[in-house]
Parts: sequence; C-alpha cells; structure tokens
Amino acid sequence: MTKLFTSGFSHLILFIGIFIMIVPVWMIFASSTHTSSVINMGGLQMFLGESFYDNYLRVLLYKGGFFKEITALKMFFNSFIMATGVAILSVVTSLMAAYALVYYRIKYASFLFWIIFITILVPLELRIFPTYSIMAELNLVNSYFGLIVPISASAIATLFFRQFYKTVPDELLESAKLDGANTWRFFIDFLIPLSKTMIVAMLIFMFVFGYNQYLWPLLVTTSEQYWTVVMGLKMMSGSIVHRFAFVIMSMVPPILIIVVLQKHFIKGVFQDK
Amino acid sequence: MKKVQFKSSYSQYLFLAPQLGILLIFLYWPIIQTFRDAFTMQDAFGFGTQFVWFDNFLFIFDDPAYFIAFKFTIIYSFVITLITGSIGLLLAVQANNVMHGKSAYKTLLIWPYAIAPAVVGVMANYFFSERFGLLYHLFNNIWGFNWYESVFDSYIYVIIAGSWKQISANFIFFLAGLQAIQKSVIEASMIDCKNSFRRFWTITFPLLMPTTFFLIIINITYAFFDTFGIIDTTTIGAPSGETRTLVYKAYMDGFRGLDLGSAGAQSIMMMLIVLVITIFQFRYIEGKIHYN
Repeated sequence: MTKLFTSGFSHLILFIGIFIMIVPVWMIFASSTHTSSVINMGGLQMFLGESFYDNYLRVLLYKGGFFKEITALKMFFNSFIMATGVAILSVVTSLMAAYALVYYRIKYASFLFWIIFITILVPLELRIFPTYSIMAELNLVNSYFGLIVPISASAIATLFFRQFYKTVPDELLESAKLDGANTWRFFIDFLIPLSKTMIVAMLIFMFVFGYNQYLWPLLVTTSEQYWTVVMGLKMMSGSIVHRFAFVIMSMVPPILIIVVLQKHFIKGVFQDK
Repeated sequence: MKKVQFKSSYSQYLFLAPQLGILLIFLYWPIIQTFRDAFTMQDAFGFGTQFVWFDNFLFIFDDPAYFIAFKFTIIYSFVITLITGSIGLLLAVQANNVMHGKSAYKTLLIWPYAIAPAVVGVMANYFFSERFGLLYHLFNNIWGFNWYESVFDSYIYVIIAGSWKQISANFIFFLAGLQAIQKSVIEASMIDCKNSFRRFWTITFPLLMPTTFFLIIINITYAFFDTFGIIDTTTIGAPSGETRTLVYKAYMDGFRGLDLGSAGAQSIMMMLIVLVITIFQFRYIEGKIHYN
C-alpha cells in the first residue's frame, strides 16, 4: 500500500515537472497557428487554430530584417553552417590536442595542459570587444569563418578526451606498435574508433552550443546575409503570430538533436555502458 | 601518466598546433588586449590612448551602478542555483524511483536543455507582457505585480525566465549521479533504516556530493554568462539597471557607451571572480567530499 502511494506521489511530481516544461511551449505553438486578431483580442491560446501553414510559410520565405534582405530559411542555413562548423572544428582540434598531451612524452606537458585548461575560465563574453577588433583587423567580420572560429576556441572537449585516453589500457599502444602502426595509424585506426561514443556526444554538445550562440553573432554580423536564427529572433519585425511561429521553429533543430540522439549524448558524457 | 608513449618528435606539434593556434589568436591575444584596454584610457576625441594605471578600476568601484550589478549577479546566481538544483534533484529522485516510464520521463524532461537562453527570454516575454502575459496578470492580481517599476518583481521575472531551462541540466546530472550509486549500498541502507526520507539525506545525498558541487559550478557559470541572452530579451535591465548582470553591464558600457577601458576593467574583475570560485572549488570543497 505505501509502495503504491509513494510511486503515485513520484508520478505526480514528475507530471507537474513535465507540465511546467511543456505548457509554455505548447501555448506559444498553439497561438502561432491563429491569426493576429485572435491573439490581440483573446491573448495566448490553448488550442490550435487554422493558420498554421499561412504563418509558418510566410515566416520562412518572407524577407525581413532592417533592409528586408534575409528570410528565416537563410537564417536556418546560416545557423546550421555555424553549428556544424563549431562542432567539427572544436572536436577535431580537441581530439588531436588531447592525443598529443597523453601519448607523447612532451617536455612541457603540464605547462601546455594548463595553457589549454585555463581558457575554460575565460568565456567569450569576457573578451568580446578585443576579439571583435581582432576579427575586424583580420577582415573576418561578416563571414562564416568569423562566426565559427572564435567560438571554437574551447578546451572543454580536450579535457573530456584527455580523461578518456587516460583510461585506455597501455596494452593497446603496445600491440599496435607490434603491428607496426605509426603515430597517425594508431590515432586514426585504433583510438578514434574507440572514442566514437564520446566523439558523438561532444559533437552534439558543441553543435547545440554553436547553434545557441546569441551575443557573438549579434556583434560579428553587420550584414543581414549572415544573421543566425537565435540572434535573428530579436531583430525580426512582423506581426505577433509570425514572431510566435519563428520562436517555435528556432527551437526545433537543437531539441530534435538532443531528443533523437539522447542515448548517445548521455552515454558519452557520463561514460556509462 | 601512460607508461608507453611515443617519443617526442615533430608530429606532436602537428597534433597540438590547430588547437593552440586557435587559442593563441582568438583567446590569448584578446585577453592581452583586454588588459591593455583596462589600463589605458582614450582621450575625449579618440585620437590616442594613455596609460592610466588603475584609474579604470577606481572608476568602476566609484560607480554605484557597478555595485547594483554586482549585487544582482550574486543574488541571481545564488537563487538560480538553489531553485534549479532543488527542483532538478526532486525530479531526478522521483524519476529514479518509478518502475515504469523511466526513459519516457527522462526524454520529456531533458529537451528544454537544448533551447537557447535568448529564445527562452523571448518566450518568457510573452508570459510577462502587460498586454496579454498570463503570469503578469496572475501575479498582478495577487500582489500588484509590475516589473516595469518594482525591482522585486523584475527579479521574479528574470529568475523564472533564467531557471526554467536550467532545471533540465540539473535533472540530467542528478539522475546520472543517482544511477551511478551502487544498488548494494541502497539495499543495505534499506535494511538499516526504514524511514525513506532520513535514508535519502543520510545515505543517498552524501553520495551525490560530487554531482552537487559540479552542478553548483555549472549553475553559477550559467547565471554569470549564459543569462546574457535572457536579460537582453526580457527586462534589458529594467526597472533602471537593477536586473543587469556584471557581464551585461560590461557589454553595455563597452558597446553603447564605447568605454572600452571600463569594459576591460570590468572583464578583468569578472575573471578574478571566476578564478576565486574555481580555486575555492578545487582547494576547499574537493578536499572535503568523498568520491566513491
């Protein structure tokens, strides 16, 4: 009896939690399928309306912005390029750096490790203007390169990979050496397949991180051609239902990735089997 | 340290070069520049810069707005850590308890983690707008809520907006922490202690300490830095600067006020704060908890 009671209590708490998470998003979604006049008269809606296609198609294809130069579709394209770029660049560079730190007898290994590690303490927000002026000097404002590279100066993945490599048994390298594998072969044929789960988890993590950037794209893109979705939300004008529709669409890619790839993400980050 | 390693050769630098290159150009160079900004001042016409020692720092200490932002940042990170940590823990314990639907609950609770803070802010806007905001009107009916004028009410606004998605992150990590506790420990404790409430606080919670301290750091960094997008899309500091975090203020002073000296000095103050928290975490807390 008490068991039934406590598990009923657990379900109740979880339902309340899920309710708090889902209802706000649902209401914005339901409201985005109505016309503006419905919202203006009756506020946010609980039930679906009939303007789904009208509103969403218009937002995707309508040219907005101050100079009416960019569609939401193009912003999604930009965000996708930026997020993919950040994910690949930061994961590849981290894999390589962690490999050198663990598998080489480097003279200043601990110094190098600290040089990389300490950067975690200085997020982009703390060096935003100097970083911007460097981008301006290098003529990289309004480019995908400018959107991607400064964000990829991240050492979190390096720490994760370094930690993981340390748990790899020494025998692996010994036997690889017996097989005649050199440093590149060992890295590509042995270590990378072994760290697949963690690579996938880090790719997901960095993709969401890149997609969700707000301040940096705001600063480094003066041309509307390079606007991304998350920063574009603030810049887009339009009627209230179109704003609702844009908000909902902006959430879809990262949520989809986290939900669909949930297992890989959690497996890699927490290293459970 | 590995016993078997490659001998030092040119190839180690090839592996290190990409990351170190990016860090040097886009991290260390800007940091050096930040220090240069912080110790120099541009003259009124922008023709040249002058080395001014600690003047920029003295100015920010003289600025009441800096202390308002400082106070808000401390309160904000404390409250967000407390709220998201306790709700995340509560949900994780319940999800770990149930026999059926564990993975469904997990999926239904982790997705808000993926939403950008700026997007959460835009959404919160709709619930706190005077025109049709449900929460605005609900709170307004109860105690005359008005975040445009009341500091307390604007705190409530940004705290709700800032906590919502962060609950998910706390939930994921606490759940993973709970699942890592060995079954035998829990079973043994069930024999020794019948009261499940007491059992949780004396057995389970101490075992979760590493997760808890990790999350405290995660939540504080979130409240310091990631909430920029939330503040910028909700109150923008309303009523009059009381809901600006230190990062938000530094950005505004540098961007709107074009005062790079002050922005640089504020950034360095932030770096010091982060450094102190990190050292505290390593020295003080890590020594006191037990990892199993």
